Amino acid sequence: MINMFEVNETNKMIEQENLDVRTITLGISLLDCIDSDLARLNEKIYKKITETARDLVKTGEHIESRYGIPIVNKRISVTPIALVGSAACHSPEDFVTVARTLDEAAKTVGVNFIGGYSALVSKGMTAGDEMLIRSIPEALACTERVCSSVNVGSTKCGIDMDAVKLMGEIVHQTAEKTQEKDSLGCAKLVVFCNAPDDNPFMAGAFHGVTEADAVINVGVSGPGVVKTALEKVRGESFEVLCETIKKTAFKITRVGQLVAKEASRMLNIPFGIIDLSLAPTPAVGDSVADILKEIGLEQPGAPGTTAALALLNDQVKKGGIMASSYVGGLSGAFIPVSEDQGMIDAVTAGALTLEKLEAMTCVCSVGLDMIAVPGATSAETISGIIADEMAIGMINQKTTAVRIIPVIGKDVGDTVEFGGLLGYAPVMPVNRFGCGAFVNRGGRIPAPVHSFKN
Amino acid sequence: MKKTIITVVGKDTVGIIAKVCTYLADNNINILDISQTIVSGYFNMMMIVDANASAKPFGDISADLDRLGEAIGVKIKCQREEIFEMMHRI
Repeated sequence: MINMFEVNETNKMIEQENLDVRTITLGISLLDCIDSDLARLNEKIYKKITETARDLVKTGEHIESRYGIPIVNKRISVTPIALVGSAACHSPEDFVTVARTLDEAAKTVGVNFIGGYSALVSKGMTAGDEMLIRSIPEALACTERVCSSVNVGSTKCGIDMDAVKLMGEIVHQTAEKTQEKDSLGCAKLVVFCNAPDDNPFMAGAFHGVTEADAVINVGVSGPGVVKTALEKVRGESFEVLCETIKKTAFKITRVGQLVAKEASRMLNIPFGIIDLSLAPTPAVGDSVADILKEIGLEQPGAPGTTAALALLNDQVKKGGIMASSYVGGLSGAFIPVSEDQGMIDAVTAGALTLEKLEAMTCVCSVGLDMIAVPGATSAETISGIIADEMAIGMINQKTTAVRIIPVIGKDVGDTVEFGGLLGYAPVMPVNRFGCGAFVNRGGRIPAPVHSFKN
Repeated sequence: MKKTIITVVGKDTVGIIAKVCTYLADNNINILDISQTIVSGYFNMMMIVDANASAKPFGDISADLDRLGEAIGVKIKCQREEIFEMMHRI
């Protein structure tokens, strides 16, 4: 039988170390909503989402009270809208009406974000894909809860550099359109390489075409729990360090598995995957950077950071994989700057640069995340940053992403406030040398060779 | 049989166990196991109970105990056993 020590350990994780289930994300296929008539398309989308997700929030709250575990977010991901809308939408403005419908549906069912205003263009863009991409700045400016993502590359297909070039411009336009809110729109826009079909985390979540009609995906989180566990093994060898992370990740993930199975049973919707990511929040004691410090770094960004992050990421996976029947999504440690107090401090102290962050993304999920740069950064430079990150994902067969915010009217030394889970960020300097001639070549970077690995 | 774990934490005072047990008895909830310690003046108790025969749904029992805890000046938490089973048993 369960003993007092075990009960206290679990409740201490929840009450003092910020253990929570970060999100229950309900993936909904909208493929059966496709229609050549725009009004009918919007009507069908609204109906399908509000009917399928009717009990999502209530179910989440019920599970919270039964087990005493906070479930921070209840969210929805849908089939990439470029696929769903291309038969009905003949202009970017038409796509914006779909974004408004998604926003309305999200508000009706009470979820805080809905992801899937997306296009998958790793090899090329259809007319519909391009229209959707061009509609993103307006769609993110006129909605509140819609999140957008564009997959511009993959290990199998290479990188669509035309899309990369376009996304540099789109990120910039989104920043301008949401200028009065510190370019907040860019916090809801992710550019991917190797985007997973079953990611429950925003802003990059969408319901892939390989998925069933509806599916429950769960993202757990507990950087604070890992940090506290590591405090007890300070100064011990790497073996002890790694074992401790593994065991802690196992325990955290088991809670996610329980919540996912329970939500699946109550909603009568199949369980998809658990995403094992360590996702920080701006709250004190909920930081991945603090784990890196506990591992032995003075600040994230110091020499040794990439190695420390690599081992952390790998041990989290090793522990988590056994704890869940299905693992998927992004599964790793997130290193967003604005959403992690320890990362913000490292940037402010001058320990962490954009270049070091890029190196760190080679060994963890998911990429350059929530990074504020000067508003004067050119669209071409943003495309260059995106291209670099996509190349890391393509060559290393992993998911990488860029969520970068060129904050209009702000420069290095300023701070940007996004609020809530999105946190705040110091504006970081960007390499001032140009890459225009590279970005403007046009065409694609071919798929990489899958042999001769060095 | 689905079991429920009740934890009571707070400053020690006379009659905590009595009040909690009275509530459980009144609501037909059977106590299967109790462990209790006092660490530097702080009362710490865990009960494993069977609430299946109770007429009240889980949510009401949890809310009642929450209020009872407030009245005594301790924190009473009511959770289904599965979360602990999942985390601590393979």
